[in-house]
Amino acid sequence: MVDLPRIAVQAATAAAGPEIPLKARLARAQARARRRAFLLVLPLLLFILLTFVIPIGQMLQRSIYHDGFSGAAPALVEWFAATPAGTEPDETAFAALASDLLFMKERKLAGEAGTRINYAVPGSRSLFTAAARGADRLTAPYRPALMAEDGKWADPLLWAAMREAASPWTTDFYLSGIDMQRTANGGIERVDEGSRVYLALYAKTFLLSAVITIICLALAFPVAHLLATLPMARANLLMILVLLPFWTSLLVRTTSWIVLLQSQGVINSLLVSAGFIGDDGRLALIYNRTGTIIVMVHILLPFMVLPLYSVMRVIPPVYARAARSLGATSWTTFRRIYLPQTLPGIGAGVLLVFILAVGYYITPALVGGADGQLFSNQIQFHMSKSNWSQAAALAAMLLAGVLLLYWLYDRLVGIDKLKLG
Amino acid sequence: MKKLFLSTAASCIAFAAQADVTVMSWGGTYGAAQLEAHLKPFTAKTGIRTTMVDTDNAAAPIRAMVEAGNVTVDVASIELADAIRLCDEGILESIDATTLPDGSDGTPASDDFFPGAVTDCAVGTDLWANIIAFDTTKFEGEKPSQAADFFDTVKFPGKRGLKKNPKAVLELALMADGVPAAEVYSNLATSEGQGRAFSKLDTIKQDIIWWEAGAQPPQLLADGEVLMTTAYNGRIFNASIDEGKPFEIIWDGQVYELNTYAIPKGATNLEEAMEFVRFATSTEGLAEQARYISYGPPRHSSNALEIIYKDGKTVMGPHLPSSPENRRNALETSVDFWVDHDTELNERFNNWLIAN
Repeated sequence: MVDLPRIAVQAATAAAGPEIPLKARLARAQARARRRAFLLVLPLLLFILLTFVIPIGQMLQRSIYHDGFSGAAPALVEWFAATPAGTEPDETAFAALASDLLFMKERKLAGEAGTRINYAVPGSRSLFTAAARGADRLTAPYRPALMAEDGKWADPLLWAAMREAASPWTTDFYLSGIDMQRTANGGIERVDEGSRVYLALYAKTFLLSAVITIICLALAFPVAHLLATLPMARANLLMILVLLPFWTSLLVRTTSWIVLLQSQGVINSLLVSAGFIGDDGRLALIYNRTGTIIVMVHILLPFMVLPLYSVMRVIPPVYARAARSLGATSWTTFRRIYLPQTLPGIGAGVLLVFILAVGYYITPALVGGADGQLFSNQIQFHMSKSNWSQAAALAAMLLAGVLLLYWLYDRLVGIDKLKLG
Repeated sequence: MKKLFLSTAASCIAFAAQADVTVMSWGGTYGAAQLEAHLKPFTAKTGIRTTMVDTDNAAAPIRAMVEAGNVTVDVASIELADAIRLCDEGILESIDATTLPDGSDGTPASDDFFPGAVTDCAVGTDLWANIIAFDTTKFEGEKPSQAADFFDTVKFPGKRGLKKNPKAVLELALMADGVPAAEVYSNLATSEGQGRAFSKLDTIKQDIIWWEAGAQPPQLLADGEVLMTTAYNGRIFNASIDEGKPFEIIWDGQVYELNTYAIPKGATNLEEAMEFVRFATSTEGLAEQARYISYGPPRHSSNALEIIYKDGKTVMGPHLPSSPENRRNALETSVDFWVDHDTELNERFNNWLIAN
């Protein structure tokens, strides 16, 4: 009686054994193999998740989230929630402001709250810190009391900025990233002509990177071809010449270029002593856009040479020979036979150089002069001023631009054609 | 084993009980100057032992210590801007200004310190300046002597080195344009004042070579790349006194910044730390530091003393941003102003840089 179910189960499994379809058993075996493979990849996956995906996610979140003001002004947050946008601040609003200032004084939050508003309305950080310092002396009615301290408290722009900052989620940082600002009645407008900087810089960064990439390609293609066709021993020797600068510190290379290119530098002095140019006609080769392009091309050249070389080395010479023997001119052979076979290398090199160039900042900072500044120099500026949200928004814009180009590349060339080595 | 443990523990307690002022400073020449000028004499005088800890900028570590409730530093050397911010955030002990020692000539401390050098939580130890420097061998006739000469490309044709940053550059432009030091920031806070500074910069825009790192200006001068350049005074001092370069400084229109001593909240040896700050910021303490580094003491009485550089022959007075003859037209960087306006002015500055 007790044993009956067990026997039944045994009978069932014995009967079912041979009846499991082959397909299911195969699927089961494959699932096991997949699980094992996944476990092998897991450490890398976790590593990437922890050191790459999560930090970048946090960075992106920071560009739309800033609770410096909303966390420090609970009463005002309530008032803004209760009134529609564009409401004139009345005595209740000023009373809320006064109680928040006291709250900020007690918790030492005035600096952070003021900083958040200062991003939208320059000059308001000190307004908050000063008002918070004397917040315990404020008495009703609060509007005249605060106005007596500083007339700026009535500024409608300030109230619009506070309303926007009352929610920690904001698009303010992206707005200023595209040279826009909020108006007092909640709309948006372009900033003064004298302050428009990011969009122009954004375009310039991509343009300059494209120029650098094209020059790199033009210089690296023949070099890589030479390396690929020379006998191994001599090719290795030449390869060292490519790799040596690659292994040298970035700063050392940048500084050496300063020594070479400056107006009292090696190149100019040689030209003057050879009589090509007069002493007062020394060329401006550095501290301008020319300098940025020259130095960045040199620094990024190995990133173009190496993928090209690795692709060209394995292209069998027989195709080109066959084309020539069938009557193609050398140009046609190059254009229709050789070039298409190097495309994976070109694609990899172009992507590498372009993406690296877009994010460069130390070289433009040192040799760029007035017009050699790139977008990343602005990101660095905001980082150094602890305005991480603005830096994150600008970085996200740069990331979006690069991803867009990557997508375009995938559509036009195909990412499967990429060959890095 | 137990005995060993006990004796170790006992000696640890003894070590902790013995007041031991830990000072956190910037390391390098600067840290060495404070070690020689403040820590060693303080121990010699009071018998209180002192330890120096080096860091890049003490503002970040002491904030972390105070927030974690584990403060191991008693005195920190930080910039005035950080001192004001940290004080606002409650990270620093307040220092009673009335307990600071009077000047050696009897002037009360409140009058003896430069205006703004003593704040609620910090006492100024030294000031360094953004100045204009030039190579004397490049001039045959008249040499430049004032800020306005920097912008006079007719009288002194040639390239100018300028820091690629609106801070200290806009102030210099306004002062060279004739704005008195006291009115510079009220001007810069308005759009018209900013416009005036930028149009002054426009007059030399084509002749500017921009620099970013403090090591660049002496190099630009030595290479003959520029005729004149703005620079940090300490770098020019090193090049001219330690390395014998023929560089000279124009002090007119200097824009200076302060460094301070501050005490983190919850410092274990509070009394001794206060004692140390009073000792180090006395007339002699501040003057002593200037013997090792060309940063000026922010006390009138210290500047009245004759300070000789550690090489035994250079009189420091003419090299210090704080000496009376160098301060005839000097401006202190306004921390408040730059916190309020740095983003706005940086945007305008970059826009101006790009526009031709």
